[in-house]
Amino acid sequence: MQGGKLSATELTEYYLERSERFQGALNGYISLTRDKALETADHVDSVRRQKGHLSPLAGIPMAVKDNIAVRGVPTTCASKVLANYVSPYDATAVEKLADCPILGKANMDEFAMGSSSLTSAYGPVSNPWDLKRSPGGSSGGSAALVAAGCAPFSLGTDTGGSIRQPAAFCGITGFKPTYGRVSRRGLLPLAPSLDQMGTLTRSVEDAALVLQEICGYDSGDSTSAPHGVPDFSASLIDDVSGFAIGLPKEIMESCPDGGTSRAVEAAARKLEQAGARVSWVSMPYLDESLAAYMLIATAEAASCLARYDGVAYGYRHSSLSLEEMYTGSRIFGVEVRRRLMLGTFNLGTDSGYELGQQAREQISSHLEKLFTEIDLLLLPAAPFIAFPLAEELDPLTMYYNDVYSIPANMAGLPALALPCGESGGLPVGMQMMAPRFREDVLLQAGYTWQCRSDWHLRRPREVEL
Amino acid sequence: MTTPIIGLEVHLQLHTEKKLFCSCPSDFAATPNTRVCPICLGLPGTLPILNQGAVILALRAALALGCTINPISSFERKHYFYPDLPKGYQITQQRQPLALGGRVETPVGAVDINRLHLEEDAGKLIHTGGGTLIDFNRSGVALVEIVTAPCLTSGSEAKAFLHSLRQVMLYANISDCKLEEGSLRCDANISLSGGERTEIKNLNSFKAVERALDYEIQRQGKAQAQGEKIIPETLRWDEAQAKTVPMRAKETPGDYLFLQEPDLPPIQIEVELVDRARMSLPELPRLRAARFVLEYGLSQERAKLLTATKEMADCFEQLVATGATSLGAANLLLGEVSRLLNLGGELPSSHQLAELLALQEAGSISVTAAKEVLAQMFAQGESAHSILKKKNLCQISDNAALEKLAEEVLARSPGPTEDYLRGKKKALGFLMGAAMEASQGRANPVVLKEILAQKITAQPKKY
Ligand SMILES: [Zn+2]
Repeated sequence: MQGGKLSATELTEYYLERSERFQGALNGYISLTRDKALETADHVDSVRRQKGHLSPLAGIPMAVKDNIAVRGVPTTCASKVLANYVSPYDATAVEKLADCPILGKANMDEFAMGSSSLTSAYGPVSNPWDLKRSPGGSSGGSAALVAAGCAPFSLGTDTGGSIRQPAAFCGITGFKPTYGRVSRRGLLPLAPSLDQMGTLTRSVEDAALVLQEICGYDSGDSTSAPHGVPDFSASLIDDVSGFAIGLPKEIMESCPDGGTSRAVEAAARKLEQAGARVSWVSMPYLDESLAAYMLIATAEAASCLARYDGVAYGYRHSSLSLEEMYTGSRIFGVEVRRRLMLGTFNLGTDSGYELGQQAREQISSHLEKLFTEIDLLLLPAAPFIAFPLAEELDPLTMYYNDVYSIPANMAGLPALALPCGESGGLPVGMQMMAPRFREDVLLQAGYTWQCRSDWHLRRPREVEL
Repeated sequence: MTTPIIGLEVHLQLHTEKKLFCSCPSDFAATPNTRVCPICLGLPGTLPILNQGAVILALRAALALGCTINPISSFERKHYFYPDLPKGYQITQQRQPLALGGRVETPVGAVDINRLHLEEDAGKLIHTGGGTLIDFNRSGVALVEIVTAPCLTSGSEAKAFLHSLRQVMLYANISDCKLEEGSLRCDANISLSGGERTEIKNLNSFKAVERALDYEIQRQGKAQAQGEKIIPETLRWDEAQAKTVPMRAKETPGDYLFLQEPDLPPIQIEVELVDRARMSLPELPRLRAARFVLEYGLSQERAKLLTATKEMADCFEQLVATGATSLGAANLLLGEVSRLLNLGGELPSSHQLAELLALQEAGSISVTAAKEVLAQMFAQGESAHSILKKKNLCQISDNAALEKLAEEVLARSPGPTEDYLRGKKKALGFLMGAAMEASQGRANPVVLKEILAQKITAQPKKY
């Protein structure tokens, strides 16, 4: 594009065309924003013609998860409650990527509550590797669109694994930065103390480029980290010699999907050959961590969703009494209702949320100690591979999807999911976690892996031309 | 009868231009929904950003009340459903308030303060024939809540506390404390020892606080005497019916489902900030009154009256600084100025009053004229000199003019003159009155009297 051989408009048109063609099969978008995308592309092209200033990613289109505010377009969180809600402002990350044409708002689980993208009020998302399977969730649309080549990259959010598990299910690269790295301003919250915005890309290299743009302190988010942002691309080095990698023994031994644990272990050996030191470590508290996560996440969600009471948003039951108006206006889906009930109970009792927070502190301090011995943790991104859409998972099994990813949210760590193999013909993802603000370690290790493997280059057949 | 136990919760709107968590102006009386933004409307994805100015004001309020500042305080979300609450929760401070302890001295004794914390205001419902509308101008406006210990025992004590609290808060410029505009709001909790507690809301004036509490003491006392149970509930004071009316069942803290606010880190208050805030506080009324007694030789009563408001006390000291005697300044301020203030006027500048006092003390203006000038000053805000000039009110002390006046009056009034000469000294009073009238009250009475007496005795005897 800088050489004038390709215009932003041509590139955007290409992705829009693909997005529209596969929308029926994937249902990856809740709304497609063709006009807005072309408007941005046209602006970029004219600035480029006039040799004006443009940001590094100017003209590269993206899909934005529908729980991230984009001015002038619907921001629904995949819920009927926000069916008619049009955000009057852009999220900070969207502002920072203002030169990237927005193709559309990506489908997801309703209010990001789920690991399947099945709970969307706008229909389930299909996995491009097998349309009868789930792309994972909650950033299922964001992952499916990148995997299917409908968007070069997308923005997602991760509260307990919502970027990493769908990235693993769809065979792409998912990056959840350190809590506080990316402003949460404009992220419609699931659980504010756990939520973090991140990227879904084809490669670690792309992740570094997008992260460079969206990370950084924002005075509009009081929990935003004041830390300076390093040059992430400088960490794209094919070298892990001297890296101490910890492999959690309990997880590798008990992972329900044998193909997954085999692929992750094989990857560990390959990194060892590349010069890393791999050792077994112990993370004996995963079940407790999942339980504590549910206590915290449901309580905070119940609080954050209190505003959708039927007064200002969505459907309002017309009735004379205030009580009837409130009770008649409840149009949340089943999973959201379930979590709101759990969350309200956890808020109401003194023990629930507090207990979760105490467990969280213990997990954080354990991980902190672990990172005095190792540079990064290597583990599966999820305990399962993409499951069939038709399979009715019970809620507890569904929650178990996030069991390997949750510790990073509990401790605010950066984590990266990478394709590392296949199991039953479906992608398998591995996950790396590093100490807070050490995105550089993840980028270097992930880049080294992708220099020595080709899993991230494979494309799903079904939607390939 | 058992002793009533009363505690008050007072909400003050902080005197800050911006709301507590966004940059919207706090002047909520503006056209509805023109002082709003995505943050104070609670739009999805917005985050609160704490206004440091509000923290400093709350800190000053806490110090003015002698509270202990918590080095770390935190925010909680208090959940309840009401259409004027856009987020479904109010951001307040529950577990770790900004400040604890403290006390307010009142004329009827000291009142202990339990806590002082920051919180945001809600919007306002406007009921119309066509339905209920919501004005969010007030949503997010910065408040402090001040909670007293349950140490009050009567409506009049509660009223005295509120007066003293307001005086201190006005002195420290924390809030404009106007009940009628809602910048000071008061809820009261009351029980008789051993009985259940009720809460009274909708107390729109200090008088309403007093009346509602006295009514409730009587109501609960009667019920207790008749063996009835007091229902723990929230009541509303109905001014027209002069009684408390049930609103809803009383909430317990558990009903509100508090959650530590995950979008706001705790407030950390450094010792230096506390010191700076303490230094920035003005001298508070009680200390100032004591100093007035010592420094200006005023009686305690007059010192208290002069320090009732900061404006009055400042004005007094400025008058003295420009050369007025403390007696003259106190007389002026506590006399005519106070009378005019009570009629609803605004205090003229100390510069204007100093000018008037100087004229008075130099004898160039009569007491009557001074009153007139002052009234004019309150009404028009003009300077004493320009009023005097316009109204021709300068006192006549010039001997030649007064002699001429005296001669005229004597010539016009031979009867009283003779009476005086025959020994009826009272006749001089009549002559004085006539002379004052002739001068439209402008003659210097002391000088005039002397001249009149001289002139009469100097008159050639007619017999
Ligand atoms: Zn605002």
